[in-house]
Amino acid sequence: MPSALILTTSGINCDRELATAFEMAGADAELVHLNRLLAEPRLLNRFDLIGLPGGFSYGDAVSAGRVAAALMRETLYPAFVSAIERGVPIIAPCNGFQIAVQIGLLPGPAPGESWPSTAPAPSVALAPNHTARFVDRWCAIEIPDETRCIWTQGLDAAGERAVLPVAHGEGRFVADDAVQRLAAGGQIAVRYHGNDNPNGSTGDIAGICDASGLVLGLMPHPERFTRWTHHPRWTRLEASILQETPLGLAMFRNAVTRARRQVAAV
Amino acid sequence: MPIVVHRVEVRPRPDELDPRGDAARRDAESLGLPRTPSRIETAAVYLIEGELSEQQVQRVAGVLLADPVMEVVTVGAAPPVADALIEVHPLPGVMDPDAEAVESAVRAMLGIEVRVRTARRFDLHGVDAATARRVAEESLANPVIHAIHDTPYRPESFATGGRLPPRPSAVVIEDMDDATLARLSRDAHLFLSVPEMKAVQAEYRLLGRDPTEIELETIAQTWSEHCVHKTLKATISYRGPDASSWAGRPGHEPGPDGSITIHNLLRSTIAAATEKLIADGIDWCLSVFVDNAGVIAFDDDQAICFKVETHNHPSALEPYGGAATGIGGCIRDIIGTGLGARPIASTDVFCVAHPDRWKHGELPSGCLHPRRILTQIVAGVRDYGNRMGIPTLNGAVWFDDDYVGNPLVYCGCVGIMPQEMVSGEPITGDRIVVLGGRTGRDGIHGATFSSSELTGTHADEFSHAVQIGNAVTEKKLLEAIIEARDEGLYHAITDCGAGGFSSAVGEMGQCLGAEVRLERAPLKYAGLSPTEIWISEAQERMVLAVPPESIERLGAICRLHEVEMCELGHFGTDDQALIIRHGHQEIGRLSMEFLHEGLPKTTREAVWLRGSAGRGRGSGKATPELGEALRGLLSHPNIASKRWIIRQYDHEVQGASVVKPLVGPDGEGPSDAAVIQPVPGSTRGLAIANGLATGLRADPYVMTLAAIDECVRNLVCVGADPSRIAVLDNFCWPSCHEPKRLGELVRAAEACYDGAIAYRTPFISGKDSLNNQFTTDDGTTIEIPPTLLISGLGIVTDVGRCITMDAKAPGHRLLLVGTTGGDMGGSHYEMLYGAGGDAALPRVDLESGPNIARAVAELIAAGLVRSAHDCSDGGLLVAATEMAMAGNLGLELDIPDDGASLLARCFSEAPSRYLLEVAPASLDTVQASLGTIPHTVIGTFNESTCLTLPAAALDIPIADLLTAWLHPLDW
Repeated sequence: MPSALILTTSGINCDRELATAFEMAGADAELVHLNRLLAEPRLLNRFDLIGLPGGFSYGDAVSAGRVAAALMRETLYPAFVSAIERGVPIIAPCNGFQIAVQIGLLPGPAPGESWPSTAPAPSVALAPNHTARFVDRWCAIEIPDETRCIWTQGLDAAGERAVLPVAHGEGRFVADDAVQRLAAGGQIAVRYHGNDNPNGSTGDIAGICDASGLVLGLMPHPERFTRWTHHPRWTRLEASILQETPLGLAMFRNAVTRARRQVAAV
Repeated sequence: MPIVVHRVEVRPRPDELDPRGDAARRDAESLGLPRTPSRIETAAVYLIEGELSEQQVQRVAGVLLADPVMEVVTVGAAPPVADALIEVHPLPGVMDPDAEAVESAVRAMLGIEVRVRTARRFDLHGVDAATARRVAEESLANPVIHAIHDTPYRPESFATGGRLPPRPSAVVIEDMDDATLARLSRDAHLFLSVPEMKAVQAEYRLLGRDPTEIELETIAQTWSEHCVHKTLKATISYRGPDASSWAGRPGHEPGPDGSITIHNLLRSTIAAATEKLIADGIDWCLSVFVDNAGVIAFDDDQAICFKVETHNHPSALEPYGGAATGIGGCIRDIIGTGLGARPIASTDVFCVAHPDRWKHGELPSGCLHPRRILTQIVAGVRDYGNRMGIPTLNGAVWFDDDYVGNPLVYCGCVGIMPQEMVSGEPITGDRIVVLGGRTGRDGIHGATFSSSELTGTHADEFSHAVQIGNAVTEKKLLEAIIEARDEGLYHAITDCGAGGFSSAVGEMGQCLGAEVRLERAPLKYAGLSPTEIWISEAQERMVLAVPPESIERLGAICRLHEVEMCELGHFGTDDQALIIRHGHQEIGRLSMEFLHEGLPKTTREAVWLRGSAGRGRGSGKATPELGEALRGLLSHPNIASKRWIIRQYDHEVQGASVVKPLVGPDGEGPSDAAVIQPVPGSTRGLAIANGLATGLRADPYVMTLAAIDECVRNLVCVGADPSRIAVLDNFCWPSCHEPKRLGELVRAAEACYDGAIAYRTPFISGKDSLNNQFTTDDGTTIEIPPTLLISGLGIVTDVGRCITMDAKAPGHRLLLVGTTGGDMGGSHYEMLYGAGGDAALPRVDLESGPNIARAVAELIAAGLVRSAHDCSDGGLLVAATEMAMAGNLGLELDIPDDGASLLARCFSEAPSRYLLEVAPASLDTVQASLGTIPHTVIGTFNESTCLTLPAAALDIPIADLLTAWLHPLDW
């Protein structure tokens, strides 16, 4: 069974549901404290999947994910890159996404280029919501046909099947000039659909991936849509829909399937 | 390199949005000042004191403090860019969680120790300096915790710890007379009564010495109303209606004159009901009234605990910190229940004055504006709860102008733990171990302060009782404790709440005695006296009883989680005394027996005259037509949508959500209760709801039964099993020195007994907060309405059977279950328009109420009900409208004449009523199953966009009603 490392640290609080989602999708999951990983970055080599969970790392002091990123950047960037080069899928919802963009894991090098040896400066950011307010709600989402993301690829979701919850105060996707490049490179993994953009994100971007498609960062929480009773309108849905795999769980299954193939290949 | 204070500013890039500035401008606009800023720009300010080179400052600024994509950084101060400038800095000693995080990040980056303070700069366009200062005082800052500057502020150095510790000395009380004892009690903020002071005096005369300062403080903390609930435990002589009918209850002694003497009100009513229910076969209560929270069985393995606390007086002075530390304290109660539970849900209920009835500047001196209070308490609960990763998923807000000087903040928390961890006791030799936050001067006298009444000068006198919490410290503490619990590293745990170490150690060591060494406590800054260390209520601390052999392993867990740990002393002393040492000096020695049993028992008088509590205040306006009344009620802030609050809370973290607080196709429907599925892999659920019926305060007996009934209905409406509901009582009352206020309290407590027995809903925990009143500068006392919150937990056998309140489909019929009658007293209609006929209070029928709840629950369990909604605040027409609005459907009503007026049928708030949506195919089965339970078909949902009541020529677009309901609190 593939094994997933779930990174926890001070203020992270979505670690347990992220572990549950991996387990439901057929992986083992182990919570590992950042202080352990900083002491021994090679721990990452033992795992086939990685989750950077949501929460308020270090209280989101200064801004979301900033302190965690400052602690992780130099020590852990090479270890993460070697995991990606090994074919390890990584998911980073919410605070994980905010951290991933600040330690150089997203959006990563352009397609065909290799990872720089040290963490590059951030080129995208998650800014305070345009309302300046934390918001918890479900959003309609869409998955671009051309995405390279191995987590969301092939998930042909629409209507009530294509929803995910958000819960954040700093999720407004901001990019210098990267949006065109990301779109052209198939690196947009999830968009808010219609007018359902909860935070004012540029281009309705909810999540992006690296050029390999292995690393997914997104503001919505797929780990909170692994059962139909999570759905905000489940009491109104047809019984037949309730037999399908919920979108969030389908994403984890995609990655676990990929990791299983990877494990078998080695 | 010299130690200097460096200053760094970080602001959004010029081409970027400044949402915080926009929000500050909107808040300023709501103040209604003659001039309002046209625009506000914000910047984060960091003051960093340490031996840093310019290059190092640049590096910290560029890498840690600013993001190159969205922000620009200035080392020093950028020149003013607008007409006025305001900076808001925390006062020295005020918790600054962001600063602590930056300090540790700088340490990790550069290996250099620095001290950091964070602040915020506002550049205000379109206003002069005087207006800017008013905006700062009324919206951007609270002078209780903030300093306001009008130029960029950079001190030469940071303030350090204050005065030297006073020598521990005896307080000579041996010869004091009553008046002198009373003065000592007030001046030293002990808040003990003269008989209590005399009991202390007598004890020390026996001992042949005077008490030390720390001993007096320990006694005051332990005997405070907050800690010992002396009013609810007193002997009370009650005269008034119903006395004779209570005669057979435990602890009740009828007198010859028709009065009744109640020995220990709490034990003889609320706890007595639980004991009777347990004796009667309820076998799922695992721990009641003895621990920090009540505990029930969830399934065969897991236990659920629930506690609700109030944090009223701190929230009046500093609503953000008061509410945040309120929820933080309640969460610690859950972590400190049994051997420790993991928090899985939070609740919050607020009572504040009407925000639109008070103009800024017209409030009683010392009161904050109700809009500001509500906005800030919501922000406090949001920031603490969201950071802890606990979903805040149920609540309510009640508006009444008598809360103007004394708002109420109820914070609740639910936890889960394995059943074998429900209890723990320290044993002799266990170390007294403190985990978590450092001790500072903050929060001193919280227990005694909360037990006194508020006055206009309290903000100055008790600002040190106000605190800011640090949720991340508590989250780390939680994770370390759960890990230690699962490894079996300690024998007992409790939280450090009111009274600080003095209460926590005093309670845990009650049977064994304890010896503490106060110099070992880690301090936030130098200069605390031993007494301050002993009674400080600094947040985020827990006390554990740890066997010596587990200390090392516990230390390793704490290091991993970055939790501070200290061995403060040990449990077990020769004569079970509480011994307090500082260095080599013994500064206090108290007998545990005197401390816990020495409080003199008092007998209090209570009377109640029918109607003495006063009536709801109708505006006396002419009776409006039905549609106008409906719109008015939907816009009443008690009823209006609370989405502005709910959406700011993460109510789904932990991934257990089943029924959310907002439901329906657009997520606007007000759910009756929330349901979570706390154990992954099990379909068993937990429903959480509350009942609050303050409108019926003219008779607290009637009010209390209505609140219990409402709580049960809310739980039943989502699919909870009414035979598995446990409830909590939280009394917030004005001072009960007045016999008539105590009479109201007695009636509420007796109703708790009757309600619990009738509904078979045991009380498992509770709390009372008395002295909730505010005395203005001119000596007028504003008493809050007697307020009783009932919070409830209900087990859901299978979450797949849960339903929500949003109407599901056109053609479905709407069924009223229960009887309305004509009583309009206490209704929201009466508050707005007068009673319009019969002002009698509607009363719960203790026989039919529980029967109706059971019958409705059976229909829901059988899958025969498509949506269900509790018919309460606003009455039937409001509840039916909410179902239609939530489901985006039209509704045609035909409410049959049952003898009551149309007005009463539409707007009476008679209890024990449910609205059920039933598919036509199920209607016969449903009606047959209800049998003799009163029920009436009152309408049909349709595809129109209107609510119609043809018999009364009512035809209103649902969209209009939705606007009326969404708008008032859409801040």
